[in-house]
Amino acid sequence: METKKTHGGVHARRVVAYIVLAIMSFLCLIWFYILFINATRSNGELSRGFTLLPSSHLAENFVNMLHSTQPVARGMVNSLIVAGCAALLCTYFSTMTAYAIHAYHFKGRQAMYTTILAVMMIPTQVTALGFVQLLTRMNLMDNYLGLILPSIAAPATFFYMKQYMDSVLSPSLIEAARMDGAGEFRIFNTIVLPLMKPAIAVQAIFTFVANWNNYFTPALVLKKEEMKTLPILIAELRSADFLKFDMGVVYMTIAFSIFPVIIVYLLLSKYIVGGLQLGGVKE
Amino acid sequence: MANEKTAERHGSSKVVRYNRWGYIFLIPFFTIFVIFQLIPLVTTIWNSFFENYRSGLKQIGPNFIGLANYVSILENPDLWKYVSNTLIMWVIGFIPQIVLSLLMAYWFTDPSLRLKGQRFFKTVMYLPNLIMASAFSMLFFTLFSDHGPVNQMLIAAGILSQPFKFFSSTVASRVLVGFMNFIMWTGNTMILLMAGMMGIDPSLYEAAEVDGATANQIFWRITLPLLKPILLYVLITSLIGGLQMYDVPQILTNGTGDPARNTMTMIMWLNKHLYSRNYGMGGALSVLLFILTGILSLVVFKVSGNADKAKQAK
Amino acid sequence: MKKRMQKLFSLALVVSMTAALAGCGSSSSSTSASSAAPAADTTAAAETTAAAAETTAAAAETTTEAAADTSADEGKTLNIQCWNTEFQSRITDHYPGYEKVDDTHGKIGDVDVVWTITPSDDNAYQNNLDSILPDNANADPDSRVDIFLVEADYALKYMNADPAVAMSMDELGITSDDLSKQYQYTKDIVTDSNGEQRGISWQACSAGLIYNREAAKEVLGTDDPDEVQGMLDSWDKFADVAKKMKDAGYTMCSVNDTYRVYSNNVSGPWVQDGKVVVDDNIKKWVDDSKALADAGEENTYELWGDDWAKGKYPDGKVFCYFGPAWFFNFSLSADDASSIAANGGWGFITGPQSFYWGGTWICAAEGTDNPTLVKDIMLKMCTDDDIMTEIAQKDSDCVNNSAVLEKLASDDSGNLAILGGQNPYSMLAAGAEKVDMSNISDYDQGCNEEFQTAMKGYFDGSYATYDDALAAFNTAITEKYPELTTD
Repeated sequence: METKKTHGGVHARRVVAYIVLAIMSFLCLIWFYILFINATRSNGELSRGFTLLPSSHLAENFVNMLHSTQPVARGMVNSLIVAGCAALLCTYFSTMTAYAIHAYHFKGRQAMYTTILAVMMIPTQVTALGFVQLLTRMNLMDNYLGLILPSIAAPATFFYMKQYMDSVLSPSLIEAARMDGAGEFRIFNTIVLPLMKPAIAVQAIFTFVANWNNYFTPALVLKKEEMKTLPILIAELRSADFLKFDMGVVYMTIAFSIFPVIIVYLLLSKYIVGGLQLGGVKE
Repeated sequence: MANEKTAERHGSSKVVRYNRWGYIFLIPFFTIFVIFQLIPLVTTIWNSFFENYRSGLKQIGPNFIGLANYVSILENPDLWKYVSNTLIMWVIGFIPQIVLSLLMAYWFTDPSLRLKGQRFFKTVMYLPNLIMASAFSMLFFTLFSDHGPVNQMLIAAGILSQPFKFFSSTVASRVLVGFMNFIMWTGNTMILLMAGMMGIDPSLYEAAEVDGATANQIFWRITLPLLKPILLYVLITSLIGGLQMYDVPQILTNGTGDPARNTMTMIMWLNKHLYSRNYGMGGALSVLLFILTGILSLVVFKVSGNADKAKQAK
Repeated sequence: MKKRMQKLFSLALVVSMTAALAGCGSSSSSTSASSAAPAADTTAAAETTAAAAETTAAAAETTTEAAADTSADEGKTLNIQCWNTEFQSRITDHYPGYEKVDDTHGKIGDVDVVWTITPSDDNAYQNNLDSILPDNANADPDSRVDIFLVEADYALKYMNADPAVAMSMDELGITSDDLSKQYQYTKDIVTDSNGEQRGISWQACSAGLIYNREAAKEVLGTDDPDEVQGMLDSWDKFADVAKKMKDAGYTMCSVNDTYRVYSNNVSGPWVQDGKVVVDDNIKKWVDDSKALADAGEENTYELWGDDWAKGKYPDGKVFCYFGPAWFFNFSLSADDASSIAANGGWGFITGPQSFYWGGTWICAAEGTDNPTLVKDIMLKMCTDDDIMTEIAQKDSDCVNNSAVLEKLASDDSGNLAILGGQNPYSMLAAGAEKVDMSNISDYDQGCNEEFQTAMKGYFDGSYATYDDALAAFNTAITEKYPELTTD
C-alpha cells in the first residue's frame, strides 16, 4: 500500500514538473526566436511590428553588419579577450582567496572574511567615477588590464567558492596531502582546484557572461574604436544617425554577439549538468 | 568551525607555519582590491563632503560643505520612494525566482523523479542570462507596446476591448521589470542551488527513503537545511543585486523611471546626479546606498546565521 | 571529462597569455606616447605659442619624421570628435582629396585624419568633450582635437564656454561674405553671448508637416498641398482637422511630433538669469496636446517607437508626421513596399508654424594645430555650391545654401517620389528663412527632454494635474543642472 501511494505521488509530481518545465523553457527560449526573426527582417518591416515568421533579409543584414562602420568582428575578438581573461583570473584567484579563509586559521581571519563580504556591497556605479580617475592616473585608459585585473577581487565569486568549499572540502584531505609532503601551493593547485571544478565551471560561466555583456565599465575605459567590445559597438549602432539607423542590423549584431556566449556556455554547461559525480566527494 | 577545531587540536608551530600561507593566498585579492576598489571608494566618500559638479564646461567646487549633501538627500522625500520602488521590484522578481529555481533544482536532483530531458531543461533555463539586458529590454518594449503582439493577442482573445498601456501603469511597469529579472536570473539561481544540492551526500537520501520519508519530508528536513550556505549566498547576492538594480528599468523606461518615477531605482537616481557629474551628491548617495546594503545584508546574515549555529550545536 | 576540462583550461590560458602580451604592448606604447607629452608640455608653457610646441614635439619624435616635418608649419594629424558616422561619410564622399584608410582613419594629402566616435548614449559624447576640450591646447599636438561636432540642443554650452573651446569664424578667417548664402538660424544656434559665431553647418533642416494624401482626400476632400496648408495654417485649424480625422477613424499625430514646432517658436529662452521659465508657447503645447490627447485625437507615443511608426503604413491610420528633408526616405520606411512612402502617398506643407529639426555643426577646437585645413573643410563643405548640390542630391540633406536650394526648387530634379512627385524645396527654403532660433539657451537639451517626459505623464494620467507634472519636471532639471533654480 505504502509503496503504491508513493508511486502515484511520484507520477503526479512528475506531471507537474513537466508542465512547469515546459512553460519555463518556453519563457526562456522565445526571446532567442524573436531575436532570430528580427535579425531576418529589414528596418521597414521591423517598424511594422512583430511577426512569427522569418523574413528574407538575413543575408542582407549580415552583410550590412560586416560592412557597417563599426568593426564588429574585431569587437568580438576584443570581447573574447576581456571576458575570457576575466573569467579565468576571477575563478582562479577567488578559489585561492576562499581557500585561504577556509583552510588556514590565522590571526585576523574573521576580520578579513568580513571585509571581503563588505566589499561585495559596494555598487559598481558608486566607485565608477573614482575608478576612471584612477585608471587615467595609472595610464590604463584604453587598456584591457583595467577591465581584466579587477576581476581578481570578486567578492561574490569568492563568497560562492567559500560556501561551496564548506560543503565539499574536508580538512582531513588537506592533512593527508601534507603528510605526503606536498607544498601548500601544490596542494591548492592539484587537490583543491580539481575538487572545486563544478563551482569553478559555474562561476566561470557567470563571470564570462557578465563581462561579455558588460557595457558600463568598458564604455568608460575604452575609447579607441579598435579596442571596443561588442556592447559598446551595439550602443553605437543604436545611436547612428537617422539616415543610417537600421534596426535590422542592430538585431543582427545582437544575435551575432550572443552566438559565442552560447557556445562557451554549452561547452561549460556540460560540467554543470554532469557535475553530479564530481561533487560527490564527501568525508 | 571544523577548521578551528583542527587548529586547536594541533596547536603546534607546524600548523602556525602552515597558517602563514593564509596571508600569502590573500595577497592577490587584497592587492587588487585596494587598488581598484578601495581607492575609488575612498575617493567617493571623500567627494561626498564637497560641493563638486559641472555646469556646462565649468567646474563648480570642490568646496567643503560637510554633511550638506547627506542632509539634502535625506530630507528629500523622493529618497524613500526610490528605495521602496527598488525593493518592491526586487521582491516581485525574487519570489517567483527563488521558488521556481528551488523547485526545479530539487526536481533535477531528486533521483526518484527520474525526469527525462533533464540535460535540455537544465541547459535552457540559464539561456536568458546570455542576452544583454539592453537587448532584452528592447524586446520587451516591442512586445508590450500599445499595438504590440501582447495587446493584439489580448484584444483578439476578447480579454481587452482596447490596448492596455503597460508602460503608463505603475503596477504593470513594475511587474514587467520584476518579470524580466525573474526570467533572466532564475536559471542562474537554479544552477547555484543545483550545485549545492549535488554536494549533498546521496546516502542521506537513501537512508531517508529506507526509513519511509516522503518526498516532502526529505525536502524540508534534509535538502533545505543542508542547502543553507548556498541559499544564504543566493539571498544575499540577489538582495545586493536587487538594490543595485539599474539596467532593466533604465532601458525599459529610457531612463525616466516612468510612470511618474514609480519605477526609478536608487542607482537610476544616482545616475541622474552623475549626468552633471555631481560627485558630491552622487558620492553621498553612494555612501547611503552602501550603508543601506550593509544593514540589510547584516540582517539577513544574523537571521540565518543564528539558525545555522543552532543546528550545528544540535 | 577530466581531459576536456584540462584542455579547456589550457586553451583559456593561451588566450589569457596572448591577451596579457597584447595588454603589455598597448600599455608600453601608451607610456612612450605619454612620455613625449610632458616634454612638449613644458615647452608649450614656456613659450606659449602653439607653433613652438609643435616644433618641439616634432623634434621629440624620430629624426626622420622631424626632418620631413620642418617644411610644414601645421600638424600632421587631424583629430575629429563625433558621435556617429554622418559627417565622416559626407567627408569621404564629398571632400576633395580625402582618402579613406579604414573605418576610423583617413588621409588628406600628408595629414592623417583620425575619427573618434563616442556614442551620445548616457551623455557620453559630451562628457568626453567636457573632459578634453578645456585642456586641449596643452595636449600633445598629435592627439589634440582639431574638429568637434555639436548638435543644436546643446551647442551654446560649447559656444559660451569660458575660456573658449571653439574658435570663432573671425579667428579662422572665415568672413561674413563666405557665409552670405547660409540661413540665419543656423548661425544663431552657434553664436555666443558676445555675438561671435563659433561653428558652421552644411545642413539647414527646416521642416514641415508631412500628411497622408489618402486621408486628406477622404476627410478634407483634397490632397493638394496649397489647399491642405490653408486648412492647417494655425493651431486652431489644426485642432479642427484633428476632430474631423478622429471622426473618420484617423489619429492626427503624436503629441511628441508637435513639440518641436511649439518649442521652436518661443518668445524667450528656457533659462533666464539662472531660472527655468516655461514659455507661453510651450504651455500652449501642453494645453493643446492635453485636449487633443484626452479627446483621442492625438496619441502620446514616443518618437521612433514601434507604436509611433505604425502610421507609416496605410492601416496605421495616422494623418501626419512633422519632419525635415532627411525624414523623407529612411524614416518613413520607403524601403518597405507596403509603406505609404513607397507608394508616393505623402504630401508636404509648412503647417501651423515653421520649425527645424536636426543638423550637425562643425566647430574648430581651440588649440588646433591645423587651422588652415579646418578652415578649408568648413568652407568646402558648408559654402561651396557644387559640393553642396552634390550633398543635397546624394544624401537628401537639405543644405545650408540658399542658392543651391533655389536651383533645386526651380527644376524637376527636386521632385520626390515619396511625396507623389511634389517638389518640397521651395517650401524648405522658405521655411529655413523663417526659423528663428535666437531664443536658445545652454540648457535646451535637458529642458526639452525632461519637459516632454514629465508632460507625457500628465497626458497619460500618471500625474493628475499640470502642476504635478511641472513639479516632476523641476525635480528632474535640478538633478541635471544643480546650478539652476525653478519655481
